[in-house]
Amino acid sequence: MDSVQDFIKRIEDQFEDIPKGKLKPDSIFRNVLEWNSINALIIIALVQTEYEVVIDAEDIRKSKTINDLFNIINSRISG
Amino acid sequence: MALFSINNISIKGIAAAIPKYCFDIENYSWVSKKEREQLIKTTGVRFKRIAPNGMATSDLAYHATQKLCEAVNWNVKEAEILIFISQSRDYLIPATACILQDRLGMPKTTIAYDISMGCSAYVYGLSVIASMMSAGKIKKGLLMMGDTSTFGSYRDKTTFPLFGDAATVTALEYNENAKPMHFNLQTDGSGYEAIIVYAGGARKFPNKKSLEQKQISKGVWRHELQPHLDGIKVFNFSLREVIPNIKTLLNFTDTDTDTIDYFVLHQANLLINETLRKMLKQSPEKWPYSIKKYGNTSSASIPLTIVSELAERAKLPMKLMLTGFGVGLSWGSALVDTEHLIIPEILELE
Repeated sequence: MDSVQDFIKRIEDQFEDIPKGKLKPDSIFRNVLEWNSINALIIIALVQTEYEVVIDAEDIRKSKTINDLFNIINSRISG
Repeated sequence: MALFSINNISIKGIAAAIPKYCFDIENYSWVSKKEREQLIKTTGVRFKRIAPNGMATSDLAYHATQKLCEAVNWNVKEAEILIFISQSRDYLIPATACILQDRLGMPKTTIAYDISMGCSAYVYGLSVIASMMSAGKIKKGLLMMGDTSTFGSYRDKTTFPLFGDAATVTALEYNENAKPMHFNLQTDGSGYEAIIVYAGGARKFPNKKSLEQKQISKGVWRHELQPHLDGIKVFNFSLREVIPNIKTLLNFTDTDTDTIDYFVLHQANLLINETLRKMLKQSPEKWPYSIKKYGNTSSASIPLTIVSELAERAKLPMKLMLTGFGVGLSWGSALVDTEHLIIPEILELE
């Protein structure tokens, strides 16, 4: 199973303008990414493609950090 | 459970018409260069056609129909049914199909009516026209659809760089040797606000303030007669519903994905459609796109993709999975076999 570091790597691959190593598990992703609804779509698509689980707008809204998102994904996988 | 099959109807040909004016999203000055690049990359739309003021969807449909009738060697007067599907109809009343019946010179014996559908229009429309033709042994029918985004707001980055204008017409005929068409049609009206024009209908009649644009969020200005699109809601809905709908139809018809030549999906946006492709584990070769050239053309997107991407291939028999999903929320798939589709070149109108 993916670790949070693997998840970060996948996000870095998707968003080329994030300097490698800048994103940490406790990073507030809205501050790192120039947040807009397209970025939300990209994250939702990435999670669907890589983990085969669906996260929605509400999941993103209530998450602050990369860890928060990763925990939601993990709970869906094991659920 | 809306799974059903219709016998004795085949698709004879499809034609499309688009406005000549082509807008390059690289020139979309409402957003920054960086945002433009991100938009093009995620939506997949580089160019879109825009109808000039005064050109309605029905104008495109009218000319496409003349072109198609010539190509399939029909006298338009022989068609006994005309269905027009659009969300940019000529008038609130009457139905645009009636105006087209007269304009095309079709006889007064013609069945003509409108249906209000968008992204799912092609599969819904095929099921309606094929049902009537099959039941009534109607020999020739015309299914027209498309949209012009006359109502859109340039200052709305969620809709302007996505939607393009086009109309298409499909000629269908009664044919006792036709393979059955199979359908799986679905609806979830609880999501009706995901894509909506709030005013202009009977629920909210326009008033003096209806044309005042308001800022909805950063980069999003529109008034209440212009469409609102909740991209994330539509995206989540698509990921949740589309693949199960296709799989149910595959099971119902005992069809293996390997036997399907092409999956022609509504061209929602590239990110959605590519995610769906990966979910169904299909190769890019079987998943055609017209979105880069024409944008999301709403009801026209499935037939336009066939016309623009499969015209040559369509001379040979094809098994197609056609899937539309979006505004309503409404979605569905049609599994159809074609023999020798006649597809004239796309018509450009000034």
